[in-house]
Amino acid sequence: MKYMLMMNVPGNGPYQIGSWPKKDIQAHIGFMKALNRKLRDSGEFVGAEGLSGPDQARLVRAGKDGTPVTDGVFPESKEFLAGYWIVDVDSAERAYAIAAEASTAPGAGGVPLNMAIEVREVMSPPPDML
Amino acid sequence: MTQPSLDPASEHLLRDLAPQVLGAVIRRYRDFAASEDAVQEALLAAAQQWPRDGVPDNPRGWLIQVAARRMVDHVRSESARRQREHAAALDFGQVVAAASVESRRDEDETLTLLFMCCHPALTNASAVALTLRAVGGLTTAQIASAFLVPEATMAQRISRAKQTIRASGIPFEPPERRVRAERLDTVLHVLYLIFNEGYTASSGASLQRLDLAAEAIRLTRAVRQLMPDVTEASGLLALMLLTHARRDARTGPAGELVPLPQQDRSRWDRAAIEEGVALLTATLSQGRVGPYQLQAAVAAVHDESPSHDSTDWAQIAALYGLLERMSDNPMVTLNRAIAVAMVQGPAAGLALVDALAAGGRLAGSHRLDAVRGHLLELAGNRDAAVTAYLAAANRTTNTAERNYLLTQAAAVREGGAR
Repeated sequence: MKYMLMMNVPGNGPYQIGSWPKKDIQAHIGFMKALNRKLRDSGEFVGAEGLSGPDQARLVRAGKDGTPVTDGVFPESKEFLAGYWIVDVDSAERAYAIAAEASTAPGAGGVPLNMAIEVREVMSPPPDML
Repeated sequence: MTQPSLDPASEHLLRDLAPQVLGAVIRRYRDFAASEDAVQEALLAAAQQWPRDGVPDNPRGWLIQVAARRMVDHVRSESARRQREHAAALDFGQVVAAASVESRRDEDETLTLLFMCCHPALTNASAVALTLRAVGGLTTAQIASAFLVPEATMAQRISRAKQTIRASGIPFEPPERRVRAERLDTVLHVLYLIFNEGYTASSGASLQRLDLAAEAIRLTRAVRQLMPDVTEASGLLALMLLTHARRDARTGPAGELVPLPQQDRSRWDRAAIEEGVALLTATLSQGRVGPYQLQAAVAAVHDESPSHDSTDWAQIAALYGLLERMSDNPMVTLNRAIAVAMVQGPAAGLALVDALAAGGRLAGSHRLDAVRGHLLELAGNRDAAVTAYLAAANRTTNTAERNYLLTQAAAVREGGAR
């Protein structure tokens, strides 16, 4: 079963990591790298991407003639997708366990961030398409 | 389930033979797209069979024969589809015999192939993929993993590139003398893009990834051998060697980016530097100096300097000045700003950066903010440096670079700036 683990961060302004002390930034980066390595080693890693900052994001919809109309993202958005993992695991519980581990990523002062990680099962194709 | 794989020497041989074999097959069958597919299948067959049966006595003939057999199958099925026979195309035995005596033509054909794969009708991404497959002899799977895209996506990119070539009616011939120089620029640019992709993509699961930088060097070496009188081909090769020489020092133990000033120069590859410098010296004495040679000259100044502090920044500023006049690229001006700051002080560098920013051509570029942060840091303006580094961190789309910029901002804020 594949699950997408979405890491949401507060949406007001750029990523907060920019205001942390150097050693905390390094600890955070080290934690994320180690987590990805563990998922690769366990054969559960499908993919993971970090996304560029919220101030780079644009909302796009089609205008009357189908051409893209872009808009900045409104500063009042409460949460923002900062990155995601896709893992292939045996059970929902295992996906929750990975999400919980990611949630403990250290923040400022080395204190676990306890980020909310949204876990969603990835739809599988119908059997006749396999 | 693990299959025996080719040893590096045989792998190298296979990849060197790939464009020659393709040239021979195209010469016979004329159909570039189908020939390319047939050669790809022959390469895959070799990768499977050679480790088991040993490398054949005439590996080139072996590959041509297998590819020609595939072509016969292809022609047969096409013929069946069209309800007619193409008997003339079926005698692949002649192809093998004819092809193994014409090595001089091989060289011309490798070049012709390169010109075809780097045709201006193709997008950069298509040209890069097609060049790696048709000239580099890489499999679609290898190319896909190098660019971190699914294999099906890469297969489609290559197939569409071939459709574009077919639709444009581009013949399998060397370009006319009239457009040759222009087309050569495109070839060198594609090789440069391949190198850059390998050079910047040091993050990610680099272990399984093919070394694109090394592949670009291999291809550029081949181009230079084929066209020894083209000084920019030598310049590009020198630039690649002199840049690639620093690869081991560019990343720290956790895969983090180590910028030039902090690199451990004892870990630079001396042999590559010597080769690059010798090549550049020989090329510069031939007269016409182009942008790749100038960039190689800058790299050589860094590589030959025993420490960051003893770098000849005046010479680097002068080289970038020459390059600026040649290429009108704002990135060049940005690089010159750094060198100027080292010679005349950070204020002079910042003035150049501000002028660039006012011109608007680099608006939104993280490189502009990163350089501004660096110069502000040198000037001791810490608050502004932090702001600039963070702006750059927000804008870059490279993880290793963002991590570097974030830690740099934090270091300056904490006063522990280097």
